[in-house]
Parts: sequence; structure tokens; C-alpha cells
Amino acid sequence: MTIMKKIMGAGAALALSAGAALAEPALIFDLGGKFDKSFNEAAFNGAQRWADETGNTFREIELQSEAQREQALRRFAEAGANPIVMAGFAFADALGQVAGDYPDTSFVIIDMVVDAPNVRSVVFNEHEGSYLVGMMAAKASQSDTVGFIGGMDIPLIRKFACGYAQGVLAVNPDATVIANMTGTTPAAWNDPVKGSELTKAQISQGADVVYAAAGGTGVGVLQTAADEGILSIGVDSNQNYLHPGKVLTSMMKRVDNAVYQAFADGPGLETGFNVMGLANGGVGYALDEHNATLVSDEMQAAVDAASTKIANGELSVHDYMSDDSCPALSF
Amino acid sequence: MDFQTIIQILDSTVRLATPLLLACLAGLYSERAGIFDIGLEGKMLMAAFASAAVAALTGSVWMGLLAGIASSVALSGLHGLASITFRGNQLISGVAINFLAAGLTVLIAQDLFQQGGRTPPVSFGEGRFAPIELPFAETIATVPFVGPIYAELLSGHSILVYVALLAVPGTWWLLYRTRFGLRLRAVGENPAAVDTAGVSVVGLRYAAVLICGVLCGIAGAYLATALQAGFVKDMTAGRGFIALAALIFAKWRPWHALWACLLFGFLQAIALRYQNIDLGAFVVPVQFMDALPYILTVVILAGFVGKAIPPRAGGEPYVKER
Repeated sequence: MTIMKKIMGAGAALALSAGAALAEPALIFDLGGKFDKSFNEAAFNGAQRWADETGNTFREIELQSEAQREQALRRFAEAGANPIVMAGFAFADALGQVAGDYPDTSFVIIDMVVDAPNVRSVVFNEHEGSYLVGMMAAKASQSDTVGFIGGMDIPLIRKFACGYAQGVLAVNPDATVIANMTGTTPAAWNDPVKGSELTKAQISQGADVVYAAAGGTGVGVLQTAADEGILSIGVDSNQNYLHPGKVLTSMMKRVDNAVYQAFADGPGLETGFNVMGLANGGVGYALDEHNATLVSDEMQAAVDAASTKIANGELSVHDYMSDDSCPALSF
Repeated sequence: MDFQTIIQILDSTVRLATPLLLACLAGLYSERAGIFDIGLEGKMLMAAFASAAVAALTGSVWMGLLAGIASSVALSGLHGLASITFRGNQLISGVAINFLAAGLTVLIAQDLFQQGGRTPPVSFGEGRFAPIELPFAETIATVPFVGPIYAELLSGHSILVYVALLAVPGTWWLLYRTRFGLRLRAVGENPAAVDTAGVSVVGLRYAAVLICGVLCGIAGAYLATALQAGFVKDMTAGRGFIALAALIFAKWRPWHALWACLLFGFLQAIALRYQNIDLGAFVVPVQFMDALPYILTVVILAGFVGKAIPPRAGGEPYVKER
């Protein structure tokens, strides 16, 4: 019996060390799903790029419910995955609980700050990118009315809206910004029908450019904008190709770069607070063959000038999350 | 609020109420026959996926509609098998169908199209229901008051909207003016009496469940191929449950179901148009408007506005005495 125990113990130790030696990185997607054409897909693209370039593999999981967050984290950590990257602000609570139990594993959380010695918190300056697309929206608008459609009403999405409104007003102080949120539950990320109705409501109020920061709901927004012949602005990933010639631009949030960097840094990655803004290519606007006809040289020059100013600190865009208020927009 | 705005809100109401109405009538048939069905959501979702997928593959909107109805009827058949033939718990079977649809749709979509549980977008003329202009809509549009109501509110919807509206008098006629309807209602109140009269309880209940499947199928196809141009994961977003609330609100009657769904659609349309409604003295937050359908249903259930009495034999499998 004791020999048996010893053998099994040795086997278990061997299995554990084997797992640790492999140290595959892992990526956990949020509820929107891996291929949401937006946030999660950008994360996946970054991981895939790393895998293609290095020839290594990574582990991944798509969550089905809130309850799985901590479970998924613990399972990857127990299995020896390192570093573990999670895409989404909603992991903060679960990570706060788990991080201390696995001091040798490095965690990377995107869109939220978790204060632990083995966690890298990557946040994006979405307000800066949104400011740029807001400028473009104001320049493209004929009616001086532009719209914003957010997904779930959370401070992060208000940060998008606030930056956007500031950009619009910087170009045209008389412009009107109509801002709507789809809902207050996670279902708001996947309700394209409601996104469509919101777009129609904004069009009837005069909006002719609509910016969607709403995950899967944004698909409905872009679709309806294309149907009704107005311009839309995509978010997170480059969504210009969804309706060529109808999507003015996309606010790019380079989640892929953040994931790629984390995977490339490997298990002993530098932890702490990591801000990705205009200055280091963390956010930006998309320009490709699908929207080349919509973006005039003058528009591009103005946006690029503002981009440089923001990057070197001459121009500061107010961050909604810094004080939970927005000078340019009331919610 | 000017006249034009009111028309726009009502127009939005019609679009939002249509899937609710179809699902609500679907539930009405099933529950009137004594089979509780909380799987409306799952059936709509499955139909939305099947219609969008087949419409994208074949380019035919009608093939899409047929596929949507077929998939929804298949789930209905499953519900019938579990709750009628095997006398299982109807609520559990309904929940299972919701889970099954949520998982299966994304899985099959990913396998077929590799677009992360979506279907490729369809366009008008190739797999998407185009809006129908009613006759003379152009000419009447300039007439004050009546013109905009006809041209913007009544005209310009997809054909499924008119199908849904016609289904209301159709349901009323079928339930209250035909022999089949009488038996269907009886089987939900007292199946033993129906059995004594020599009519098959099982047959009637299956018929009701299948009609439920057809209507849910149309609702799903409307979401995916008329309102939208493709399927997105979980796109029904709880409409099946709001339809159930509307069914209780309507006290299981067809005309009341129409008004209940229009009211719920109207509340949604208002909430979408105005984020916060300023009534001068206080501000109504948008969250309150979103919750109002459920609050109203609870009020009705509590018996404040007349009593809502469900079919007496609802939820109970029929066991023939031997």
C-alpha cells in the first residue's frame, strides 16, 4: 500500500512538473465569444499571430456563463499554463481571488486593473481612439448630428462615448451627439435587433453617422446604417470590410498586440500597469481599401495632426473613468 | 413630441411587437392545450439560425423560412415527445430545449461557415425579406394625417408582419369557432372529459404543439431574415420570455395577446427612442422602461387587474385511467 502511494505520488509529481515545463500560454475569451468580429476576435488574432510566428501552441477557452470565470482560471493555472491572458474587464473579481493562490503563474488582464504582484493589467486609452473617429464623424456628417450606440451600460463604454463626443465637438462645436445604450445586462452585447431599432431611432432624429461600441449588437447597427444609406463606425477590430463603402472607419483597439506581447514575453513577464494609447500604437483608426473613398485627404490630415498632439501630450482627452463624468456628453 | 415622431415610434413598435406576437400566439396554442412551453425562446433561436443559414446557402428566402419552420417544429416534436408521450416535466423539457438551441445553433453555424457562430449576411433578393409597399402608399403619403399613417406605419413592413397580424383573427376563429378549437381548449381544461367523448387527447396536444412550432419558426425567420440580415449568437435576447409574459398579461386570449404584444413593443420603442424620460418632477430611467413588461405581468399575476387563470390542466401530463 505504501509503495503504491509512493509510486502514485511520484507519478503525480512527474505529471505536474511535465505540465509546468511545457508552460503553454493560455487565452480566455469573454462571453461575446471568440469570433465576435470585434474584441475577442482581436485577442484571438494576436494569439494566432504569435503561434504562427513561433510555431508554438496555446490553450484557449470560450466561456459560456459567468460562473465559469474562476473555474477556467484555476484549471489553466493547475494545468501549468503560463502566462494566462484573459480578455475582458469582467474577469477582475475572479482574478483577484485566484491570483494569490498561484504566485508562480503570470496573469494578464485586458481592460481592467487588478492589483497583485503576478498580474499585468493592460488598459487601453479608448477615449483617444474614439476622439479621432469622433472628429471623422463630425467631418463626414452633413446634418451636424451624429450618433453613438453602446452595448451594456458600463463605465468602459461611457469612456468610448465621452471620447467620441469630445472629438465631434472639437471639429464642430454646434454638432449634436445622440448617445444610446442597448441595455444593462450582458444580453446587450448580442441583440442586433435592438441595435437596428436604436439606429433607426437615431436616424429619425437626424443622425447620419453612427458609432457602434456594442459587440455583436454592433452588427445590427452597421447593417441598418448600410440599409438606410448612412455611415457607420466600427469598433475594436477593423470592421470596414463588413459593408464596403458604408463604414466610415473603425476605432481599432489593438487587443491583438496586447495578447501577442504577453505571449511573446512568456512566463516571467513584467507585471504591473500597462497603458496602451495613441503614443504606443494601442489604439487608432482603420484605413483600408474599403473606406478609402470616404476619407478625404483633409479629414485624414486633421485626424493625424490631432493624433500626434494627443500622443505627445499637447492635447488631452478627458477619460470618463477617471472621475465618472463627461464634460461633452450627459448620459 | 410631434406627429412625425409618434409615427416613427409606432412604426418601431410594429417591428418590435411582431416577433413577440408570433411567439405569444405560439405559446397560446400550446398552453391552451395544456402543454406549458417555456422553450419558445429556444425554438425561435433555432428557427432564426436555420432560416438564415439556408437562406444564405440557397439564396432563397422561402427555403429559409421553410427550414426555420421545420427546425422549430422538430424541437416542438421533441417537447411533445418528452411531455406528452413520456409524460415528463414540461418545464424541464422547455428549459432543455432552450439550452439545446443556444448551443446547437452556434456549433452548427461554426461548422458550416467558420464565422464564429454567425451566418454570412444575406441581401434583399437573395435570402432576405424585402419590405412590401402597400398599394397607393406613394400617392396617399401626401394626404395629411391619414397619409403618413398608411404610408409609413402600415406600409413598408416585411410580409411576415402582415402574416403575424392576420394570425390573430385566424387564431381567434380557429379556437372559438371551430370544432378543433373547442376540443383544443377542452383538452387544456379537462382532458378526461375529452377522452370520454372519444377524442384523442394525445393527438390534440401534438397538433397544438406543432402549430406552436410553426409560429415560432416564422418568428425566428422574421428576426434573422427580415429585421436582420443573418444570424448572430443568442440573437433572440429573451424575446421568448417576454412573449410568455405577454401571454399571461393577455390571459391566454388571442386579441388580448395582440394588445399585450403591441404594448410591450411600444414600451421597448419608447425606451429605445428616449434614454431617460423627463416628466418635469422626476426622470424615468430607461432601465425602468425595460423592466416594465415584467412588472406589469407581476401586477396582473397578483390579481390587481382581474385574475389571470391559466388553463386548468396546464402542466399536467394526461394519464388515462385503466
